[in-house]
Amino acid sequence: MTPEAPRARVRVTSPRTSAARTRNVSIASEIDEQTRLGEVYITSLMRSQLRLALGVLLVLASTLGLLPLLFTAVPGLAGIDLLGVPLPWILLTVVAFVEIIGLGAFYVRRSERNEATFSDLLDGR
Amino acid sequence: MNNAASIVAVVLVSIASLAVGAFGLRLSRTMSDFYVASRGVSPVLNASAISGEYLSAASFLGVAGLILARGVDMLWLPIGWTAGYLLLLVFVAAPLRRSGAYTLPDFAQLRLESVVARRASSLLVVAIGLLYLIPQFQGAGLTLRTLTGAPSWVGQLAVAVVVCLNVLPGGMRSVTLVQAFHYWLKLLALLTPLFLLLGAVGERSDDPAAGAVFVTDWVEPLQGDHALYLTYSLVLATFFGTMGLPHVVVRFYTNPDGRAARRTTLAVLLLLSGFYLLPVVYGVIGRYVASDLVAAGRADSVVLELPSRLFDGPVAEGLTAVLAAGAFAAFLSTSTGLVVSVAGVVSQDLVRWGAGHRQGIRTFRLTTVAVVAGALVLTVVSAGVPVAHAVELTFAVAASTFCPMLLLGIWWRGLTSRGAISGLVVGGALSMGAVVTTTFGIATGGWFGVVLTQPAAVSVPLAFATMVLVSLATRSSTPEHVAQTMVRLHAPENVDLNRGSFHPERWYRRPPTAEGASDGTQHPAYGSTGETVRRPGTTARRS
Repeated sequence: MTPEAPRARVRVTSPRTSAARTRNVSIASEIDEQTRLGEVYITSLMRSQLRLALGVLLVLASTLGLLPLLFTAVPGLAGIDLLGVPLPWILLTVVAFVEIIGLGAFYVRRSERNEATFSDLLDGR
Repeated sequence: MNNAASIVAVVLVSIASLAVGAFGLRLSRTMSDFYVASRGVSPVLNASAISGEYLSAASFLGVAGLILARGVDMLWLPIGWTAGYLLLLVFVAAPLRRSGAYTLPDFAQLRLESVVARRASSLLVVAIGLLYLIPQFQGAGLTLRTLTGAPSWVGQLAVAVVVCLNVLPGGMRSVTLVQAFHYWLKLLALLTPLFLLLGAVGERSDDPAAGAVFVTDWVEPLQGDHALYLTYSLVLATFFGTMGLPHVVVRFYTNPDGRAARRTTLAVLLLLSGFYLLPVVYGVIGRYVASDLVAAGRADSVVLELPSRLFDGPVAEGLTAVLAAGAFAAFLSTSTGLVVSVAGVVSQDLVRWGAGHRQGIRTFRLTTVAVVAGALVLTVVSAGVPVAHAVELTFAVAASTFCPMLLLGIWWRGLTSRGAISGLVVGGALSMGAVVTTTFGIATGGWFGVVLTQPAAVSVPLAFATMVLVSLATRSSTPEHVAQTMVRLHAPENVDLNRGSFHPERWYRRPPTAEGASDGTQHPAYGSTGETVRRPGTTARRS
């Protein structure tokens, strides 16, 4: 990296190897032609999105979804007051809505990332 | 209660709705405009419209009434109605938008490649739509009667006329603006009086009626009989039912692409959460100052009654008028959305006059009038039947029919048309049977009666099981193009892939016009069958 005579710029007008280019073309057309390989790519996208969606559902089910069971199992919860409001009322209004919005925002970010990975894969990056 | 200010408010809301609709009219020309507003609606506008359409009178008036009457267990309703959109977001929003269909029957045909599945979905859309529409009309009549003393048919007719006037000229495009306007109107109508009401309640904290609040079975959860089953069944119906409501789903086709569909849904979660805290507060205030309404059987009118309980004279009248305006907007926007989705399905599937582009719009207009008229007749016929519970049951019907079809259709290649149809029949028969028996009071006591009042916990798993088992049994008849359909549903729009040639307008215009009258307006995706459709300009990359 000696800053002597600056090297002349060379414009690259074609990909360095033809191998990369062939592969770049083929993933999309593998999917189009419904080969095994193409199906693997689409299935992997579907799996990652489904896993994410089921994860969100699982979190929702194991927090909000368990509340009725929790209220039955621990009746004392209903007696706890926060700032004069009984705990179930807080859990079933503000806390529930905040959780729903938070899960939604998390899902939107992660699902867009999954799709970006898929697009990059197809563009050969 | 005879309130001139309320009449003025209701008239103003009607006029404002028509004016906003006329403003949105400017560019409604094509059929795509009519059904899906040409998919050019931005996320915030679309989210306001979705929320405006979704927040029916059951949300505006009903939630507060139920909380006043039954307390903490009813908090699950607003949560479920919001969480339903979360599940719609994670499982359905983007794939549904990418499917490119206009309506649920379009989706059934794209995925299952079966005309029978399409017809079955159409019938269900009409059934669910009417089941939801009749309570809206009845509620409008009842509310106007409470407010002004006018006979019930006045309110019903008023809603019907305004809905028609909004839908007929511009279809979905003007409806989108009107419904977005209605969301903000409803929010402000609940929010503005709330501060004054809270202030007035604070001044009378020594009121003896406050004793009605700290009652165990109101303030503590799960105190009634079978409360655990009822709560879980309600949770299941509302969490999974939202994605299967035809008037909700049709709005997702108006997004520009799958990403926008997700962002729209996230915005909907915010708007709904903000709204649903308000009726809860109304219910609690009602418990302090108007708990006698429960005994009188008029808990549903608590939102409209509160101002006159806490104030006198013009202040009370003014606040009631603001709330009446919001309630009327709720009737209008939900009815409009239901009419658009039902008329869209009826005009596409059940009557198809002519095949050209012009005829398409004319058919849509005629069916709109027919649907509204039909719903009005049914409302008058069912005048004595208590239908308020029907809105809750509608969610159970949607959760037991369209929800499994969408979830399995989008995420499982194995769903066959026979599997889907048998699932729709089983889920539909069970949940509709429950609707009929509870509406007409045939329901018996004991566990059987309990299941009938909240059928979802039984009917939803059975519908899923039927779809899966029958699909496995008929594995040989998997739809031919299912692999391509999966690419279409899941691949992001920016990658250039073959997504198949399905286009809803092609189905609509079948058989193709012999005289070629509509050639000039044909959609690019209207190619010959079997041909692949690619986005122009990107194919060169691959040559």
